Amino acid sequence: MGVNTQHFIEEPILQFASDVGSVGPVTVVGGRTQWDVGGLPLRSSREVRAPSGVWSHEPEEMTVRCGAGTSIRELNEKCAQFGQMVPFDLNPEATVGGALAVGRSGFRRLRYGPIRDFALRIRHIDHSGLLVTSGGPTVKNVSGYDLCRLLVGSLGKLGCIAEVILRCLPIPETTLWLTGTGDPFKIYNQLYRPSSILWNGDQVWVCLEGVKSDVESQAALLGFEEVSSPPSFPTRGRMSLEPKALRGLVNDSNDWLAEIGVGVVHCAETQTPVPLSDANKLLMRDLERRLDPTGRLNPGRELVTT
Amino acid sequence: MVPRSAHKPLLDELQTLLGDRARDEDFELGLYGKDGSVLEGRPAILCLPVNSEEVQRIVEICRKYERPFTARGSGTGLAGGAIPVGDPVVIATAKMNRIIEVDLDNRIAWVEPGVLNLDLSTHLKPLGFHFAPDPSSQQVCSIGGNVANNSGGPHCLAYGVTSAHVAAIEVVLPDGTLTVLGDLSAEPSGYDLRGLFIGSEGTMGVATKIAVRLTQNPPEVRTLLLDFSDVRDGAAAVSAIIAQGLIPAALEMMDHRAIEVVEAFVNAGYPTEADAVLLVELDGLPGGVENGVDIIRRVAEAHHVGTVRLAADEAERALLWKGRKNAFGAVARIKPDYYLHDTVVPRGKLVEVLEKVYRIADAHNLIAINVFHAGDGNLHPILAYDSREPGVLERVHAAGRAIITASIEAGGVLSGEHGIGLEKRDYMGMLFSEHDMATQDVVREAFDPEGLANPLKVLPSGSRCSDSFGQHVPEGAWV
Repeated sequence: MGVNTQHFIEEPILQFASDVGSVGPVTVVGGRTQWDVGGLPLRSSREVRAPSGVWSHEPEEMTVRCGAGTSIRELNEKCAQFGQMVPFDLNPEATVGGALAVGRSGFRRLRYGPIRDFALRIRHIDHSGLLVTSGGPTVKNVSGYDLCRLLVGSLGKLGCIAEVILRCLPIPETTLWLTGTGDPFKIYNQLYRPSSILWNGDQVWVCLEGVKSDVESQAALLGFEEVSSPPSFPTRGRMSLEPKALRGLVNDSNDWLAEIGVGVVHCAETQTPVPLSDANKLLMRDLERRLDPTGRLNPGRELVTT
Repeated sequence: MVPRSAHKPLLDELQTLLGDRARDEDFELGLYGKDGSVLEGRPAILCLPVNSEEVQRIVEICRKYERPFTARGSGTGLAGGAIPVGDPVVIATAKMNRIIEVDLDNRIAWVEPGVLNLDLSTHLKPLGFHFAPDPSSQQVCSIGGNVANNSGGPHCLAYGVTSAHVAAIEVVLPDGTLTVLGDLSAEPSGYDLRGLFIGSEGTMGVATKIAVRLTQNPPEVRTLLLDFSDVRDGAAAVSAIIAQGLIPAALEMMDHRAIEVVEAFVNAGYPTEADAVLLVELDGLPGGVENGVDIIRRVAEAHHVGTVRLAADEAERALLWKGRKNAFGAVARIKPDYYLHDTVVPRGKLVEVLEKVYRIADAHNLIAINVFHAGDGNLHPILAYDSREPGVLERVHAAGRAIITASIEAGGVLSGEHGIGLEKRDYMGMLFSEHDMATQDVVREAFDPEGLANPLKVLPSGSRCSDSFGQHVPEGAWV
């Protein structure tokens, strides 16, 4: 019955669909910046790359459409031409598709929310090499099941992300990083929508964004010292806790940096994944079986821990 | 409809569990056959559980009798998502209305699904927080219903829809298992089943507890009313405001007819001679808010604004919003019935699609009234009519279909916040390919292989060759 004016498909997407094909194990390669998350891919697996390129940026709509293989650097360079950004705050060489497939948000999540909330429409190639579109091109949309949420953080095991439409935000007039000492939890309650509060058990870093007068008045509440950039993050490990559980972190000799109000802890060791309930495990395994019956998509990576 | 005697063993078992909270009296079943849409069905039995365990037992009993079940919040949905189809047991969550815990350290609150949206924000107000989604029905709609429909509201322009404000959901899955999807940690393990469940309109199970995120109340709020002598200037101003890099907390538009009916109803001081008004709200820290007010004045002047009215105090602000939030009730002054649509178009196409909406309404001899979330391109054309006029519903449906088609042709989507339900499931093919819908159905089926959870909603029947629905909307489900 279709009107389907939005079903325009770029040639590189069709090429990617053909690359993924319908037989044999495939691994989608992005920027290899979070390569070991969920385990290394099967060695014998064929490597494929999603198409790259910002295909349209509509500043009035605050949306951007790009190939999943586009780097975050390129994405944000294009958006910045119109004073906009997609605040993913990851390694700029990471690809958009890789960032979404891994699903980890950047250090300004406190203000801007998790990266999953930026994906408006995702086109992926399924296990049979066919294109599937979920979500929609507009900033607001509840048409059909929200498969976009399912694909974000799926490590490519339910489908290979080919193209996305993302929501953009205006680049704030002022961004200010401050550091000092104090109770980070008190600071969190003192401030109105800070962009980031980081804590290593001793020192606190705060990112404030907005118009200059607001940033200055919020900064004045803290009496912190201005710094040019966030601290360096321990990169090897990452823990996911409830925000209030960060209170239990101790100032030991270990190198860690916690995102206050969010619950992410950047640290040296990798956290043992929190075990899933049996019911959730069953459902997730069932979804994997239904969406990739032969287990050919990104084999080796594992989300559903046993 | 199945004769009542056929329900007897099922009813007996449900009454053993719930006593007089399992019912099948005609009058009540009739009430629970409707929602906020023009559609109508009929439950076989109505259940009013008070806790998760009772919901779980109801689902188990339904499974034993291979009987579908339809969860229901306040019944304010506008797409027929809660309309009972196929003689289901209706599980109404109205008695599950406790705010279980407010956890300020995690900035979440655990609530039961029957808690009313506005009650939660009222409860949180003294603590300095609120629940951001604020549908126009927020005085009566439930949080469970918000989850089922991934509801929005005026303030979702800046804050996002329900999915962005729910951390975890305790659900009874269609196989009777009680589980929690998502958790309060930053990055829960496994796939985002929470995100998938939100907006699934009761087809993946019944939510029994919800952990909602709390949003800080803004220190400063300013509400402006702008009037325009040409609706096109108003719509163009919407795009221009966003293009300036300003995202207001809310950016609502009302056309001439809406202004007239609302003003006669609430006396908010809306300028009845205007062709359109924009209701704009800015919130946040004072500097950003003042800066926003300046931008809006500047943009409005460039688009030939008549007057810019800045609400002087909270009372005036509340009055301006009262007009907006009661717009739908006010329509009764023109015609006794109305059909409210919900589509989204790119902001840049607002003028074009609005003009089409008026032409479509004229062509079908109907009155179109537009009150909508202009900031995110979310149109809500109201077709006012009198159901006593013979043949009028056919015209209303035809006009509705034409409006949806026009929205999708403009690069829009089927629904911004009301959902698909029964109303739009047969339009899904306008937006999605057969394979897209088949994939969605594969995902739904992982939750509900037997198709007992709110059957026949969201996807057109026959979304796959191995159609698990095997039924069609029964005669009489459409009023």
